[in-house]
Amino acid sequence: MTIETKIDVPVMADVVAKGKKPEYLYWVGCAGAFDDRYQKVARAFAKILNYLGVSYAVLGTEESCTGDPAKRAGNEMIFQMQAMQNIEILNGYGVKKIICTCPHCYNTLKNEYPDLGGKYELINYTVFLDEMIRTGKLKLENNPFKGESITYHDPCYLGRGNGIYDAPRNVIKAIFGEVKEMKRARSYGLCCGAGGAQMFKEAEKGDKEVNMERTEEIIERKVDKVASACPFCMTMLTDGIKLKNKEAELQNLDIAEIIEKALNL
Amino acid sequence: MIKQILFIITLLITFGVFAYSVKRLWGFFRLTKPAYPIKNIGARISHTLNIAFGQTKIFRKPVIGLMHALVFWGFLVITLGSIEMVVDGVSGQDRLFASTGWFYDIVIASGDVFALLIIVFIKLFILRRMFLKIKRFAGVEMTPKANWDALLSLYFIGFLMVSLICFNMGYISNHPNGYEGVYPVSAFLVNLFGWDFGWLQELGWWVHILLIFIFANYLPYSKHFHVFLSIPNVFLANLEPLTKYPNLDSITREVKLMLDPEAAYDENAEVARFGVKDVEDVSWKNYMDSLSCTQCGRCTDVCPANITGKLLSPRKIFVDLRKRMDEKGPLVIAGKDDKKSLLRDYISEEEIWACTSCNACAQECPIDISHPNLIMDMRRYLVMEEATAPAGLNVMFANIENNGAPWQFSPEDRMKWAE
Repeated sequence: MTIETKIDVPVMADVVAKGKKPEYLYWVGCAGAFDDRYQKVARAFAKILNYLGVSYAVLGTEESCTGDPAKRAGNEMIFQMQAMQNIEILNGYGVKKIICTCPHCYNTLKNEYPDLGGKYELINYTVFLDEMIRTGKLKLENNPFKGESITYHDPCYLGRGNGIYDAPRNVIKAIFGEVKEMKRARSYGLCCGAGGAQMFKEAEKGDKEVNMERTEEIIERKVDKVASACPFCMTMLTDGIKLKNKEAELQNLDIAEIIEKALNL
Repeated sequence: MIKQILFIITLLITFGVFAYSVKRLWGFFRLTKPAYPIKNIGARISHTLNIAFGQTKIFRKPVIGLMHALVFWGFLVITLGSIEMVVDGVSGQDRLFASTGWFYDIVIASGDVFALLIIVFIKLFILRRMFLKIKRFAGVEMTPKANWDALLSLYFIGFLMVSLICFNMGYISNHPNGYEGVYPVSAFLVNLFGWDFGWLQELGWWVHILLIFIFANYLPYSKHFHVFLSIPNVFLANLEPLTKYPNLDSITREVKLMLDPEAAYDENAEVARFGVKDVEDVSWKNYMDSLSCTQCGRCTDVCPANITGKLLSPRKIFVDLRKRMDEKGPLVIAGKDDKKSLLRDYISEEEIWACTSCNACAQECPIDISHPNLIMDMRRYLVMEEATAPAGLNVMFANIENNGAPWQFSPEDRMKWAE
């Protein structure tokens, strides 16, 4: 493991102060900013953006929760307060294109902000990476995962919610060659158990936790890696693998981390 | 002539009873709230052709899906024949539509073949329901009455098909020198036995038509009302992305006032209850969903909460909604109240909070019912009217309000990930 060094991430206020206008806003999301594990994904994606020389910036301390978990938990008041504050900032900077790593942020910004006056072109990072690979801007010559197999866990808010099934698979295939699909894949995908604000509360009484049900399915697939594309899924799957004591033979990687490794960033 | 008069009286009774049932349901619909505006008719038509007539979502379970699709497609052509029977009955004629020539032959021939296929499939559906332990046919909402309703509907359909073939056989027997239409199955059966089935024509006709009339009037009280409402329900479906949860405009007004005290206060704005507590709070589409649901259980079958043994069953939400409307609707219309509510007396908080909003249920529903949105509407009631959220969620709300993140971190540290 390399020692993490500071990445040069442009912040919107600084960029604008210099009289420049970035093409994309990278919406980091609260998990990207604060979650120990998922911070690595935000870092990986920022490194990829830097490597590609993309004109982008982040909001930094001006970014605030999209309000998604509050909305799913029934607190429309907090959701709309958050949304309106965020929209004021985004519109203030004249933001047109937003790239998201978190599918929950993506869904909320794309589908729920327009009704409150926030209309932007939303790009999910898996779609962005797929496009970069397809157009030849992102060349993947090394395969650090030689001989390893991988499956992909569909985040509900990316797949069923917004129909993004192929882009993440295309990115994985560019390195691994194939995705060993689980029985419950694509629109049949099983939730990790954290959506709808479940991330922030105890689960109701039942026979088992949803993430264990999913982890068992992944283990049955006998793969070396499981790719995900959502911070909540990452927490749930990582916890599941840990509880099953399978950390040695099975790791959960985000799509951005796969590319980061392949580019040796 | 007597047959004609008898038939017209029966028809009038049928329409009369049906009109009563529709009026009753219309009264219930009037208690509900607006949903979304129905626009984009072109997209809705193509959506309906794809999902309803093309049966694309039912094929997500390929074998049983194909059986359902054949029954449905058969139902469509046989319905054309039923319309002819009604016109014949009123006018006292025989096979009045035969003048349409080859079109008639195709419809009648395929109806005759479908009738046999449907008999076979209905029999299989009955056996499967009675003897195979299909998990999605179980659950607290699948009461003995619900199962009985399902079986009765199947028997209705089965006997409708048997009587149709009997009628066709009788008709063939009575016309040895040539008849209108083509009947591959019935003609084969008549030839096979070589008997005179003439007596079956009149009997088959009356049994078939009376079964249609009785079934049609049973349906508004059955889960199999599906037959009438599923196609309109698909046409009126929410075409937005599954995970787009609608904006609550009454909150938007309040938030705008909070953020800008100068904003004009609209005194005429209706102050409605936030979210859903009881049947008057649901939208007409929610209620229509509940009337269209045929309790197939595909939603519950894929629900992660249900799979892992939690109380939540998406099907139960809509079964309960319909039951509660049956109970409360007449009371509200009569200006009374029973101190009960959909939430708590029918659907527990534990069910509501178990949803992960993964939308597997909505994705699976062959007729586009949207379960998670109604579940979240009930959360809105619990949170914004009663402030009774699970403890973890209250912490999350406070964190977002204070720090702009669902976890307790300072907004000043938002760039630490890059360091």
